[in-house]
Amino acid sequence: MSYPRGTLIRHATVTRVNHWLTGLCFVLLLLSGLSMFHPMLFFLSNLFGGGQWTRAVHPWIGCVLLVSYAGLIVQFWRDNLWSRDDIAWMRAFDRVLVNREDGVPELARFNPGQKFVFWAMALLVPVLFLTGLAIWAIYFASYTSIEVQRVAVLIHSLAAATAIIVWIVHVYAAIWIKGSVRAMTQGWVTPGWAWRHHRKWFRSLAATHSPGPRPRG
Amino acid sequence: MSDLQSQDYIRRSATTLTPPVARDHEQQVAKLIDVSRCIGCKACQSACMEWNNLRQDIGYFEGTYDNPLDLSPEVWTLMRFTEWEDDKGNLEWLIRKDGCMHCEDPGCLKACPAPGAIVQYANGIVDFISENCIGCGYCVKGCPFDIPRVSPVDHKSYKCTLCSDRVGVGLEPACVKACPTGAIMFGSKADMTNWAGDRIVDLKSRGFEHAGLYDPPGVSGTHVMYVLHHADKPSIYAGLPDQPHISAFVRLWKGWYKPVALAGMALAVLGGFFHWITAGPNEVQPEDDTAAQTLMQPKERRP
Repeated sequence: MSYPRGTLIRHATVTRVNHWLTGLCFVLLLLSGLSMFHPMLFFLSNLFGGGQWTRAVHPWIGCVLLVSYAGLIVQFWRDNLWSRDDIAWMRAFDRVLVNREDGVPELARFNPGQKFVFWAMALLVPVLFLTGLAIWAIYFASYTSIEVQRVAVLIHSLAAATAIIVWIVHVYAAIWIKGSVRAMTQGWVTPGWAWRHHRKWFRSLAATHSPGPRPRG
Repeated sequence: MSDLQSQDYIRRSATTLTPPVARDHEQQVAKLIDVSRCIGCKACQSACMEWNNLRQDIGYFEGTYDNPLDLSPEVWTLMRFTEWEDDKGNLEWLIRKDGCMHCEDPGCLKACPAPGAIVQYANGIVDFISENCIGCGYCVKGCPFDIPRVSPVDHKSYKCTLCSDRVGVGLEPACVKACPTGAIMFGSKADMTNWAGDRIVDLKSRGFEHAGLYDPPGVSGTHVMYVLHHADKPSIYAGLPDQPHISAFVRLWKGWYKPVALAGMALAVLGGFFHWITAGPNEVQPEDDTAAQTLMQPKERRP
């Protein structure tokens, strides 16, 4: 894919494909999972061809999501490591919240909010996978006791609701910060966007003449 | 198994509305299994297979009288044999007909996510409506007695129906019909409780001082009850739970957590919406572009 002149690459093509595969899986899991979670949402199972199909397909989508998210971890973990700037940024969060980012500490590629989403999912996805295996009755029921399955299904639903809330925050943040959606669909951002939201990242790219997403060298 | 007319339901799985209750002046039924009169002939098992057209594959002999070894999608009732010694060293052969207890407060129904896959009729019978079953196995987690079995072939869950199809037309369950010693009785719950009382008096007079009725209050009573000669120790009868109740994990998962989780998600969405209409979008300003260009100017830009 070619990027417009004078822009910076925020997310490489492989990253975007990986992200949207994960996103697709997450949405399908959310719809099928909620249909089996609350009676008022059971109608969502019609999207999957009925209750039996929903029950059958949900864990397989979960397997794809696990692999897909592992790919995101490989690509993103380094830029999501906690740094000292993050604490200062969080102190100034009240200004961030009302779009007054002047004077807010400069940040590298990701802000603490994005790091929170990344690490929350990095924790929740494996938890959902492991507890999901324990309640994947047709293949794994005989490997655990019924009591273990009871605990597993409770943890699975707790982790799922947490992940959904984290996902809502993630989606809203992308809508809120204009330019973010394009960064993940078409891959590029304007220098002004980089300056405004991720100035340290922008400086590191400019200093190394890198087109993004990571500084050279 | 089969679907009776909907007015007969008093409980329906995964349903947030109250089922039609006007016609619930129906007598509660119960099956009474008098363990002290059972001779272990398995006529009840045969009758169950016969009436319900169930045929389990032939298994292997594993050194026990239990045959087949466990309940399955094709085995809805099973005699479980236990050799038990009392504290004086006397051997007793305990035989218990295992199967669905038809709890007044059914854990399977509470756990089931598929609307109408598990119902309770006004007479107390808990029934699985196969066409609504999605095969998730939540009923297995809800049940305090380890009864439901999900078929790996058709992905439907199965258990004793208390012959709801027979009871619905005024017949007694097949196992009751077949029992040669009168160890299995069927009637109204009140009558069965009275009958059990007489049996317990009799057993006590014969030296079984702890004889009693098994109608566990932890599940609000059951529509299958046992007369036990050692009612103080139900678990000696092949692991009959001493104090069965719906697991606290299941009650939390299917109780207040459900609305709280949905409310949490709704609040997150509302929070976002109200942030949008108060703070609004965060857009790049012209001065950001200018500052960025200034920084990039002296250096080479990406072509």
